[in-house]
Amino acid sequence: MLEFVSVKYKNVIEVDYLYIPKQRVTALTGNSGSGKTTLLKMMNKMISPCRGRILFEKTDLNEIDSVVHRRNVIMLSQSPIIFEGSIRDNLTIGLDFQKIGVPPDDYLYSVMKKVKLEKELDLSSSILSGGERQRLALARIMLLDPQVYLLDEPSSALDDDTGQIILGMFINHIRDNDKTMIMVTHSKEIAKNYSDYILEVDQGKIGNGSNNG
Amino acid sequence: MDDTVISLGILQVALAYVFVVILLIIIRARGIKREKEILVSSVRMTLQLILVGFLLVYIFDNPNPLITIGIIALMITFSLFTVIKKFKGQISKPLKLVIVFAMSTGSVLCLFYFLLIVIQVSPWYDPRYFIPIAGMIIGNSMTGLTLGAKSLIEGMTEQRAFVEEALILGATPKAASKKIINNSFDSAILPTINSMLGMGIVFLPGMMTGQILSGTSPLTAIAYQIAIMLGILGSVSLTVILMLQLGYKTFFNRQGQLIQN
Ligand SMILES: Nc1ncnc2c1ncn2[C@@H]1O[C@H](COP(=O)(O)OP(=O)(O)OP(=O)(O)O)[C@@H](O)[C@H]1O
Ligand SMILES: [Mg+2]
Repeated sequence: MLEFVSVKYKNVIEVDYLYIPKQRVTALTGNSGSGKTTLLKMMNKMISPCRGRILFEKTDLNEIDSVVHRRNVIMLSQSPIIFEGSIRDNLTIGLDFQKIGVPPDDYLYSVMKKVKLEKELDLSSSILSGGERQRLALARIMLLDPQVYLLDEPSSALDDDTGQIILGMFINHIRDNDKTMIMVTHSKEIAKNYSDYILEVDQGKIGNGSNNG
Repeated sequence: MDDTVISLGILQVALAYVFVVILLIIIRARGIKREKEILVSSVRMTLQLILVGFLLVYIFDNPNPLITIGIIALMITFSLFTVIKKFKGQISKPLKLVIVFAMSTGSVLCLFYFLLIVIQVSPWYDPRYFIPIAGMIIGNSMTGLTLGAKSLIEGMTEQRAFVEEALILGATPKAASKKIINNSFDSAILPTINSMLGMGIVFLPGMMTGQILSGTSPLTAIAYQIAIMLGILGSVSLTVILMLQLGYKTFFNRQGQLIQN
């Protein structure tokens, strides 16, 4: 589904070949500063490699419209930004950007419930705690309908239990809807428990991939 | 009408310098070290205006389309240098070009519309109308562009993370910058709006005061003032909108990615 061929980005990333399979969960692990976030940003075309090619379904990313691609490959950033306004505003902002109609409140509440966020939709988002912001950001992308999800440390602001529950829920959502997922995590345990493949990033290079099964 | 106008002679103007002398005495007594600046600015103002006066007399007596156009071009060039100099080092080349384009197109369009269609000056290049009105339109557009560009640059820098998050959520570069663009438009247009709100109550605008002092009926002066304020509003809005609509794009590359500095 996603392929990197002789990709180089500044002195940060150097990947000879990388393949991400469709409808599977792939985990990226590695030390801080090894280049995981940079790899994700290349996958959704927030940045482009200085050299080499990235292919999505066999088409070079340079030939795919960036906005179309980013709607198809949605990313949860490492420290997601919560915008000014209510919880509802933040929940629906992706839909608004993509000019998709907003579903009824019942549905919005049900998605919030999946990420264990039980708050009024019209509450100001500024009152939310760090972990609640991360869950709101997760709910916000669950309302979208991409083929691929890129999650950058989705549980970094959550305690272990909450993190595991929510990640488990999200991965069920992915598997039920035949989506592809690439997840950055520093936790070997999470990688082992939830992913089909584990890739180790080391100083901008991809180490030996392992089949987790 | 004209015979009621008191024409100021050199001696009378010199008497006005009494203010400066008094001021100098006061600040010297108080030990404030600003004598030099006050003297230089008073003398410079006087010399500059005398020079411009002679120049205008010559130009008004010898109306010539080339001279008129030359002066407008000079005004625009000068104002562009002023705007761009303000952003030394923090403005990209493409954004500079956008400012040049917005200023030249926006203010020239408004100027010609105003003179040829609203006031219907003839001949079209009559410097008596062209030059002062061009000065007001270009000067105000310059202020608007400066404020708008400042706000755009600051917004795109300080709110970079917000723009990036919007792109990640599938926004077009335009939608991702929308808030910044709207804020920039507001801050650019606000001084013009405020001056319209205060007009006639808080202050009498310079052009009107000048016209009234030189013997024009206040009603005529007001009609001109209303028209020129609307012209200024139009020109400020047009130049700023042009600058913003093209300017935000200079922060993105062709792949819709934020340009890194
Ligand atoms: N645009 C850039 N130009 C130059 N260097 C960069 C750029 N972006 C990131 N880097 C550097 O590349 C390295 C990898 O950054 P990246 O954010 O991908 O790391 P990471 O693996 O996600 O780390 P962490 O686990 O701490 O989030 C870092 O040293 C970073 O400073
Ligand atoms: Mg990272």
